[in-house]
Amino acid sequence: MPPDAVVANDLLALQQAAYASARTEKPWVRRTLIGLALAFVALLVLAPLAIVFLFAFEKGWHVYLAALADPIAWSAIRLTLFTAAVGVPINTAFGVAAAWAITKFDFRGKSLLITLIDLPFAVSPVIAGLIFVLLFGLQGWLGPWLVEHGVKVIFAPAGIVLATMFVTFPFVARELVPLMQAQGAEEEQAAMMLGASGWKTFWRVTVPNIKWGLLYGVILCNARAMGEFGAVSVVSGHVRGLTNTMTLHVEILYNEYNTAAAFAVASLLTVLALVTLVLKSLIESRHLKPLKAKLARESRGDVE
Amino acid sequence: MARTGTSRSRRARVLPGFGLTLGFTLAYLGLIVLLPFAALVWKTSELSWGDFWSKITDPRVMASYRLSFGTAFVAGVVNLVFGLVVAWVLVRYRFPGRRLIDAIVDLPFALPTAVSGIALTTLYAKTGWFGSVLDRFGIQSAFSPFGITVALAFVGFPFVVRTVQPALEDLEAELEDAAASLGATRLQIFLRVLLPSVLPALLTGFALSFARALGEYGSIVFIAGNQPMKTEITPLLIIVKLEQYDYAGATAIAVSLLAASFVLLFAINLLQAWSQRHHAA
Repeated sequence: MPPDAVVANDLLALQQAAYASARTEKPWVRRTLIGLALAFVALLVLAPLAIVFLFAFEKGWHVYLAALADPIAWSAIRLTLFTAAVGVPINTAFGVAAAWAITKFDFRGKSLLITLIDLPFAVSPVIAGLIFVLLFGLQGWLGPWLVEHGVKVIFAPAGIVLATMFVTFPFVARELVPLMQAQGAEEEQAAMMLGASGWKTFWRVTVPNIKWGLLYGVILCNARAMGEFGAVSVVSGHVRGLTNTMTLHVEILYNEYNTAAAFAVASLLTVLALVTLVLKSLIESRHLKPLKAKLARESRGDVE
Repeated sequence: MARTGTSRSRRARVLPGFGLTLGFTLAYLGLIVLLPFAALVWKTSELSWGDFWSKITDPRVMASYRLSFGTAFVAGVVNLVFGLVVAWVLVRYRFPGRRLIDAIVDLPFALPTAVSGIALTTLYAKTGWFGSVLDRFGIQSAFSPFGITVALAFVGFPFVVRTVQPALEDLEAELEDAAASLGATRLQIFLRVLLPSVLPALLTGFALSFARALGEYGSIVFIAGNQPMKTEITPLLIIVKLEQYDYAGATAIAVSLLAASFVLLFAINLLQAWSQRHHAA
């Protein structure tokens, strides 16, 4: 190497060292920031998580199992499962239908429709419950008519299911609309032109394309349906064994100072939340992120 | 969302199912969302303006607004600072446990609010892990605005992290290189280059966290103590009015709270538009 090239190399190395110190933080700054982040997450998020399991098993397995085997706890678990079993499939069907209409066709008022679909997310759970009381309650809009026909919605399981359907309304649609928008309609059009029927096109082309986004939306929808508290609290009337969901049962037990039993039922809901988180992050990292990256590349017109 | 280029404009109605899917969508939307909202409008229209005004400016209601807005604001600011730190650390550094922390950030989204509520109350009660420590410093944490703020910080935390994280990931390394080659120090680069680029995302996260906190009920009702004029949040007051069969009062307060949510939603949309322009520039 000629001498001036060596000097130039040294200069370059010096310059790069200066860049490097300006491009990242000093080790002590990094360590402090990591420590701060870990401490905040531990204190704010992990501590409550630990408390649930510690207090659930505080008095041993025996008390834990007894709290779950209690007939009133069972009826709460059944009502929660029933609510999710009705609400989640209907909201899923709605989400797919809405996403199909919104992303495969152009029509007037589309952006208004998208805004209205998101509306339940902007509403306090308490207000979500209130509007159903105003609609179906004794003093409500349809109340007198319902009484005449002997139908009970408020302070009955029907109200709980309806309020839950309201709060979980946007989950599936919100996940599918951006995904199907990015995918476009060419593949479906090609299938139709090759002679496939509409249903066949949907099941063979659309469903395989959207399955991970769909599953993601369903999982989030289900977690919220089983965990909803504020909205169902307003419409439930808290009739033990009849209109108590798991979250409402937790509230009653806790307010009766039956802490171990309250946390035992809460621990089931917490396991559901943890399973939801694991599935969510798996679907995100394994399927949705690669899929979205691929769609972004295609939309820029890059060659594969 | 992402533009898909020219392909979308050429889309013709060769696909079937438009009537079926749009019909089902509108019918279901009408039944589950619009009909209950119509009941709210109906109940509100039965109130005279003076009646409505006196119901939403009642001293007990005003005290609840002050508490709800105040605690939601403080919780939002706490999340703004720590949400940025956590998002920064997750995007920029590699350390053991990073993926676990990344996943656990969403726990407040997934955990039912009643469970968060009783767990936080147990932690911050006088005999709890944190409550006993704070009590030694003369801070009453549970059954006070302090406890409400902690619970609101808990529920709002993922919003800030999850809006700031993608903004940090999208930052272009060239900008930092350019600033570095012009002789800027690391702190200058952070304050002058990085922070302004993620500011729209940060504010969006703050607004989302604030909006969620305003309507929050489940995680607050256990830790708040629920004393009128002191620790009674606005959503709880709606339930109190309902339990007294004061439907008109509950409706009026709900409408005022909804109005605040819609203003925030509008602000969030503006922020997101700003953020996208920022991104495109």
